[in-house]
Amino acid sequence: MIDIRNVSKSYGPARVVDDLSLRLPAGGLTAIIGPNGAGKSTLLSMVARLLAPDSGRITVDGLDVNTTPGPVLAKRLAILKQANEMALRLTVAELVAFGRFPHSRGRPTAQDREKIAEAIGYVDLAGLADQPIDEMSGGQRQRAFIAMVLAQDPACLLLDEPLNNLDMKHAAATMRLLRRAADELGKTVVVVIHDINFAACHADRIVALKAGRLCFAGTPDELMRPEVLRAIYDMDVRVYEVDGMRLGAYYR
Amino acid sequence: MADRKAQRARTVLLLLALATLVAAAAFLTVGARGPWGFVLALRGGKLAGLVLVGAAIAVATVLFQTLTENRILTPAVMGFDALYVTVQSLAVLLLGAAGASAIDPRLRFAGEALLLAVAALALFRLLFDGRRGLHLVVLAGLVFGLLFRGLANLIQRLIDPNAFAVLQGMLFARFNTMDTTLLPVAALIIAAACLAALRLAPVLDVLALGRERAINLGVDHARMVTALVLLVAVLVAVSTALAGPVLFFGLLVSNLAYLALGTDRHLYTLPGAMLIAILCLAGGQTLLERGLGYDAALGMVIEFAGGIVFILLLLRRTRA
Repeated sequence: MIDIRNVSKSYGPARVVDDLSLRLPAGGLTAIIGPNGAGKSTLLSMVARLLAPDSGRITVDGLDVNTTPGPVLAKRLAILKQANEMALRLTVAELVAFGRFPHSRGRPTAQDREKIAEAIGYVDLAGLADQPIDEMSGGQRQRAFIAMVLAQDPACLLLDEPLNNLDMKHAAATMRLLRRAADELGKTVVVVIHDINFAACHADRIVALKAGRLCFAGTPDELMRPEVLRAIYDMDVRVYEVDGMRLGAYYR
Repeated sequence: MADRKAQRARTVLLLLALATLVAAAAFLTVGARGPWGFVLALRGGKLAGLVLVGAAIAVATVLFQTLTENRILTPAVMGFDALYVTVQSLAVLLLGAAGASAIDPRLRFAGEALLLAVAALALFRLLFDGRRGLHLVVLAGLVFGLLFRGLANLIQRLIDPNAFAVLQGMLFARFNTMDTTLLPVAALIIAAACLAALRLAPVLDVLALGRERAINLGVDHARMVTALVLLVAVLVAVSTALAGPVLFFGLLVSNLAYLALGTDRHLYTLPGAMLIAILCLAGGQTLLERGLGYDAALGMVIEFAGGIVFILLLLRRTRA
């Protein structure tokens, strides 16, 4: 469970997250949506202790993220940021092996190796384990990084815009993969995402931020209404029902 | 394939170790005239100096490159050794040449190393708070390097000519006439620093992934940065005290190590860079001094080769 209490963060004079309180229960897939600059990525970075909040408190399973020792937290919580380029030349297997660092401290046991192979298999890269990641396509690389955080085996998985730069096929496959991680592996998955339709089709809960404040929290069905979307994005979105899914049309 | 990579790295390390031993043996014996006891004692001292300086520069550079996630940076390019020269010049200015040389060199060295460590930490903290882009940091580092060099120059102009001669004696890059009084202390410090670096090897591998990934994997990034800056500062201080400032040598050996070993694991790159550095110094010195009859030109040759590597790396980076 992630508990965010009265958290604020400013960059200079700009208040990016403004006295925000939010509680995300354990399990399931939560999507965080909202316009650019709403504070989504900043919030996620603060939950993952990459940024320190100016005020307020964030706990994950009761552990304060800013005081709990790094190795302890690394077994509970993992974050994957949108930038997936890297200076090092690593193969998929080497990259995923880093995910075991919080457990093995650099000395992998047979069990660690098993977990690594399992994670690579889970994202369907078993045949490419020895491929250097800088020679892979964007979709494959994304899966390699997801395998890394799966190998880390945290209860809670945070992903910052995992669909960036992916085509339709790979974006849908990534969301299905995260859905499976929530359903089969029992992970608490939190994704920052821009596309409301992807959010509505795959998430259990949706949280919308606007100007650093909580603007909406609820189920996809509650979100997918023109008046709610209007309040979040300040634009008219028509909502259609297709095959039992509510989809927003906002392309024109 | 991970195992095959490690296998290859181990083979390369073994070959490097053998080559280094051969170079060291050649350095000790080739062209020796006179009683062996005398020759070995004299050259043994010199060899020890070369080994220490090589190891210190190699480890300092690899650590610094991991810290900054950049392989064309060295502590020297960022002005660390210029900072040390400034500290030394300041000591001569404040204490006078007689005062500076009257203090036990080990004590003076300890004081100067401490000052450098503190200054380096302050400077580094200022530049690397994790929010600034690398380009700005590099640029600022270059400017700081120039600033310290200029400052050292200014101080050197302020002190009287006799004191300047003493100072100059401390400052030239000199691989064949090292200050041997510092050797035992230097050996202790460098051995301790190298061991610490090797013990940290798995954490260093994680650190090389970048700040955010390192934190995600549970590494206390701020503490590691402090520890590494201190290690680098101490190593630079020792090597500069022994052999004077060198600009590109570290760049040369670290990049040769990455290339030869074909892996980024610090367990291999650290000893690899150390061996290559010692091989370059001992082998180069033997070749130049005994083979070609040149004296004291090794520093120049190495800086020349290192400079060319620097340019090649820059060109490859811009094309990629």
